[in-house]
Amino acid sequence: MSGQTLTLDEVRWIAHLARLELSEAELEMMTRQLGAIVEYVAQLQTLDTEGVEPLAHALPVSNVFRDDVPGEPLPVDQAVAAAPDRRVTPRGERFFAVPAVLE
Amino acid sequence: MSRTQLTASQLLDQLHRGEVTAEAVADDFLRAIGDRNTLLQAFLHVDEDDILQQARQVDTRRRRSEPLGPLAGLPVAIKDVICTKGQPTTAGSKILANFRPPYDAHVVERLRAADAILLGKTNCDEFAMGSSNENSAYGPARNPWDPSRIPGGSSGGSAVAVAACLAPLALGTDTGGSVRQPAALCGIVGLKPSYGRVSRYGVLAYGSSLDQVGPMSHDVRDCALLLEAIAGHDPRDATCVDHPVPRYAQRLDEPFASLTIGLPREFFAEGLSSEVEQAVRAAVEVYRGHGATIREVSLPHSKYALATYYLVATAEASSNLARYDGAHFGHRSTDHRGLIDMYCKSRGQGFGAEVKRRVMLGTYALSSGYRDAYYLKALKVRRLIRDDFDRAFAECDVLLGPTSPTVAFSLGERVSDPLAMYLADIYTISGNLAGLCGISIPCGFSASGLPIGLQLLAAPLEEEKLLRVARLYERATDWHLRRPSLPS
Repeated sequence: MSGQTLTLDEVRWIAHLARLELSEAELEMMTRQLGAIVEYVAQLQTLDTEGVEPLAHALPVSNVFRDDVPGEPLPVDQAVAAAPDRRVTPRGERFFAVPAVLE
Repeated sequence: MSRTQLTASQLLDQLHRGEVTAEAVADDFLRAIGDRNTLLQAFLHVDEDDILQQARQVDTRRRRSEPLGPLAGLPVAIKDVICTKGQPTTAGSKILANFRPPYDAHVVERLRAADAILLGKTNCDEFAMGSSNENSAYGPARNPWDPSRIPGGSSGGSAVAVAACLAPLALGTDTGGSVRQPAALCGIVGLKPSYGRVSRYGVLAYGSSLDQVGPMSHDVRDCALLLEAIAGHDPRDATCVDHPVPRYAQRLDEPFASLTIGLPREFFAEGLSSEVEQAVRAAVEVYRGHGATIREVSLPHSKYALATYYLVATAEASSNLARYDGAHFGHRSTDHRGLIDMYCKSRGQGFGAEVKRRVMLGTYALSSGYRDAYYLKALKVRRLIRDDFDRAFAECDVLLGPTSPTVAFSLGERVSDPLAMYLADIYTISGNLAGLCGISIPCGFSASGLPIGLQLLAAPLEEEKLLRVARLYERATDWHLRRPSLPS
């Protein structure tokens, strides 16, 4: 793993996965900078972690339950208020508006 | 001495005794902000009318002898990644330039319940990603001890607000050192609570298994007061522990029957500036002089902490920042071909360079074929880092070292080298990975007059002990009394 650097095409693919449009100049700089960071973090590979349990977070807490009681939700008009595009139907229902998902 | 230079406790006393009104206090701080914010860029948003109105309400209720909360009339500055209902919350990002949240963060609710005055939103690195405040889309905050230097980050604006006496108290957030490191570089006190001590509800998420909101103040007593106000259980954050909140401020001066302080060998290694080391070693002698037992300890996996952090935090960030999609809130690109393209363009236009870098790194670490090698590997090393601390805390009450390897560096010095910038957090990140509580307190100045911070770390939920140990040093020294002299 050590010494492996990223190619421009790999960085382009990661940008696509991350839903980030990057300019060619950004892609080139990112390839250089991410490559250096990936090389740095690759030092973890030198460490033997055979049999070590992953630690996802530091608390000995899991499966926190609460009573299943209805609460007060955020009113719909407030929830959509900050949306860049929103629609109201003739019946007064409010929606987030996005470009067509299926063409 | 101007009223803005007082500690929060001193101001509270004056307010309580009726020597000053909340409105007059708010007015003083607003005037200080008006005088100095153009130079220091500590605040991104200050709603003067709203602030004065909050203050007048507290004064009215005090006149009527109504019961008031523990911070009644005291202004508190809020880092701009913490949601404030109806007030701008930009996270230092263009993507949220016009965002006003429909609700308050839990910590903001707690401050309102304590009758504190919400003083405005402070500058920070975009989405709390950075160590110098230079990643703010609105320009960097500046260090009041030398405005040509960075204040640290990511809670740089909060640190500057307190250090420059623009606010007596501030909230920051700390994912890898973002409260402690700017506190150190600005000569104030900053505490990162144990993971789970303070609710993250309404705090724009960066690394969810690492993020905590923390108090920033002139001294340890003020820090304890603010922690008391924000700590405690909140069912809206499932990782917020249901554990009683001690009256931190009350027991601060209780002496220790015995106190063992561990010095991690790895915190005094290569890369530490000699001025910082001298100040920290001198602090060790202060503790020794007060009867503490000093013991050298080892945290052998420390050297892997930075790499571990930059995989764990970025993986979580890549997932958390997926919500900034141009659909629900924030910036949307007007020119796009379909939904996916709308996402890509909105995010490409809205996010700054460091956020893009971290989202990319995290996406890579989680992507098919690399997840085990990077993300899962990092979680295993995280366990080893935590185990090191467990062993150290079995024989020590607290661990002591520098907060930052250097004093504040110059603006622009590290912007082109992300790895060099990441090194600024080398002593603070392991505390987040292990879920510890940690505090930075002022412990000296460099020859060039820049503050130096001392970091103390304690086991999870040991804030009470941590604050007492910090207070012990503070009582014996006067670094925390210094204020920068600024052109007025």
